[in-house]
Amino acid sequence: MAASQRSIDDVVNLQQHDSLVMPRTLAGLAWMRFRRHRMAMVGLIMLGLLIAYIVIGSLVFTEAFANFNNTRIRVQPPSLEHPFGTDEIGRSILARTIYGGQISLIIALLSVLLSITIGTAIGVIAGYYGKLADSVLMRFTEAVLSLPTLLLLLVMAKFFGGRVPDLALLGRTFSGSVIVIILIIGFTSWTYLARLVRSSYLTLKEQDFVLAARALGASDRQIVLRHILPNAMAPILVAATLGIANAILQEAYISFLGLGVQAPTATWGSMMQGATGAITRGQWWLWFFPGLLIVLTVLGINFLGDGLRDALDPRSQRG
Amino acid sequence: MLRFIVRRLIQSIPLLFLISAILFVILNNIGDPLATLGGRQRTSAAERDRLERQLGLDQPIHMQYIFWLIGNDWFQFDSDGDGVGDRYGTRRGILRGDLGSSFRERRPVSDVISDRLPPTLLLMGTAYVFTIIMALGVGIYSALRPYSRADNVITALSFILYSMPIFWIALSLLWIFAVTFKQAGLPYLPTVGMYEPGQPVTVAQVARHMVLPVLSLSLISIAGYSRYVRSGMLEVINSDYIRTAYAKGLSGRRVLYRHALKNASLPLVTLIGLDIPFLLGGAVVTEQIFSWPGMGQLFINALDGADFPVLMGLLMLIALLVVIFQILTDVVYALIDPRIRL
Repeated sequence: MAASQRSIDDVVNLQQHDSLVMPRTLAGLAWMRFRRHRMAMVGLIMLGLLIAYIVIGSLVFTEAFANFNNTRIRVQPPSLEHPFGTDEIGRSILARTIYGGQISLIIALLSVLLSITIGTAIGVIAGYYGKLADSVLMRFTEAVLSLPTLLLLLVMAKFFGGRVPDLALLGRTFSGSVIVIILIIGFTSWTYLARLVRSSYLTLKEQDFVLAARALGASDRQIVLRHILPNAMAPILVAATLGIANAILQEAYISFLGLGVQAPTATWGSMMQGATGAITRGQWWLWFFPGLLIVLTVLGINFLGDGLRDALDPRSQRG
Repeated sequence: MLRFIVRRLIQSIPLLFLISAILFVILNNIGDPLATLGGRQRTSAAERDRLERQLGLDQPIHMQYIFWLIGNDWFQFDSDGDGVGDRYGTRRGILRGDLGSSFRERRPVSDVISDRLPPTLLLMGTAYVFTIIMALGVGIYSALRPYSRADNVITALSFILYSMPIFWIALSLLWIFAVTFKQAGLPYLPTVGMYEPGQPVTVAQVARHMVLPVLSLSLISIAGYSRYVRSGMLEVINSDYIRTAYAKGLSGRRVLYRHALKNASLPLVTLIGLDIPFLLGGAVVTEQIFSWPGMGQLFINALDGADFPVLMGLLMLIALLVVIFQILTDVVYALIDPRIRL
C-alpha cells in the first residue's frame, strides 16, 4: 500500500518539519478537525451562499421595492420578471425573501446573544456560588422547562405585543415587533444552556487550577470570568450555534401564527402567514420559497453546529 | 419505590405554585378580555364596570390569585357597585378542583377543555404511536448497516427533516396530496376538519382526515427519535453479551429484538416519557393548519380573546402532566433497568 511505502520517509520528514513549525494551538487543532468534517464544510458553504444572497440581493433591490405593492400584478406565478412570483398585494416575493431573510437572521442572532447571556449568567451563579442561589435559580429553570416553549412564546408575544415602539436604525425603520420577538425568544430559550453551564462550573470549580488561582489571590470575579469561563466555552459555542437554528424556527412559528413580526416588515416566517388559504387555491409560490430558505439556513447551521461539536470536543460521541 | 414517588410529588408542589404564580401575573396582562365580550358593539363604561365586578377583575391581582387558588365562597362581593360587599362568591378554586369559568364561553373551564381533549388525544396519540414504530424500524434498519449508502441517505434525510418547520411540511403535504392529486384526478385527501360536515361520522372518514395531520406531526419526530435508536443499537450491538447470545446459538432475530433492542431502547424511554405531556400543546400549529378541533386551537382562540381562566387551566394541566410524567419516567426506567434503584 502507498502508506507503507512512504512511511519511513514521512516520519523523518515529519520530524524535521515539526521542528520548524510552531506547536499547534488548541484553536488550531480544533480548526483542523473542523476542516476535515465534510458536513461542517458543506454547512459553512451553504451559509456563505445564503448570506451572499441577502447581502448582494439588497444591493440589487431596495427595501422600498420589497414593500412596494402593485395590486394589478397580485398573486402572479413565478415568471422571468418576478422569479419567485408576487404575493397577495403584488409585492415581489424574491425581494421580500431578501429583506425578510435579513430580519430573520438579525432576530436569530440577537435573541441567541440574549439567551446566551442570560443562560451563562444563571448557570455561573448557580454552579459557582451554589447554595441558596443555586436552588432558587434551578427551581426557576425547571418552572420554565415545565411548559412547552411554543406556548410560552405565544403567551409572551401577546404579553409584550404592541408595547414596544418602532425603532429607526441606520436609516431603516424596524417594527417594534422585531424587538419583541428578540426579547421573547431570548427570555425563553436560555434554560438548556443554564443547566449546561451550571454543570461545567460545578466540575471545573473543584479542579486544581482554580485552587491555584485562588492561592495566588485571584478574586471570585477573576476566577469565574478569566479562569473557568474559557474552559467552559466549547459547549457554550456549540449551543449558541445550534441556538441560532432554533431561533429561526421559533420566529417562523410565532410569525406564521400571526403573533410575530408585523407588516410591512417581512420575515421568512411572516411571509407564510396567509399560506393556509393559498394552498387550496394552488398558489404554492406564496409559501414555498420563504420556507425553502428557512430549511436551507437551519440545515446549514445544524451541519455547522455538528462539526463544531466534533471539533471542539473530540471525546463527544456522534449521534 | 413508594417513598421515592411520594418524595418527588412533595418536591413538585412548590414548583407548581411557582409556575402558577408567574403565569398568573403574565396572563393577567396579555390583553383586555372585555374588549370582545360585547359582540360588535363597543363595551360601554357602565357595562365594563358591571362585567369587571361580575368576573372579579376589579380585585387586586393577589386577591384574584387567591380566588383562583382557593375560591371565593368565603368572600363578600360588591355586586351592585355601591362599595359594600353584599354577596358571597361561588368559585371553589383550583385546589378544590374548580378551574373557574371561561370569559368567552361562560361555562366551566373544565368543560371547555374536556370538549377539546378527545380530538387532540386521538390525533397526537396516533401520531406518537406511528412515530415510535417508524423510529424503531428506521433506527434498527440503519444501525444494522452503519455507514452504508442506505444509512447515509437516511442520515441526510433526518438532517433535512429535522431542519424543517412543521408548518412547511404540513403545507407541502397538503399541496401534494390534497391539491395536486385532486387536479390530476387521483384519489385525494381532505384538507380541513375532523369529518365532513353534514355527513354521518364514520371511523373511515375520521381516519381519512387524520392522514395528513398525523404525517406532518410525525415526520420530524421520526427523524429525531430514529437517530437515538440508531446510536443506541450501534453501541449495544458490539458489546460482549450480544456476542455471547450469538455464541449460544440464538437466531439473529432473537438476539436483535430480545437482547439488543431492550437495552438500546432505554434512552428512548426517557425521551418518550419527557415528551408525552408536551404533545398536548405541540399540536398548536398543526391543528391550526388543518382546522382540527383540539386543544391547540383552543389555546390560540383563548389567547386571542385574553380568556385567561382557560389559558391558566390549559397551561397548568400541561405543567402538572410534565411533573407526573417525569416521575413516571424515572419509575419505568427503574423497572426495565434493574441496575437502577430508586
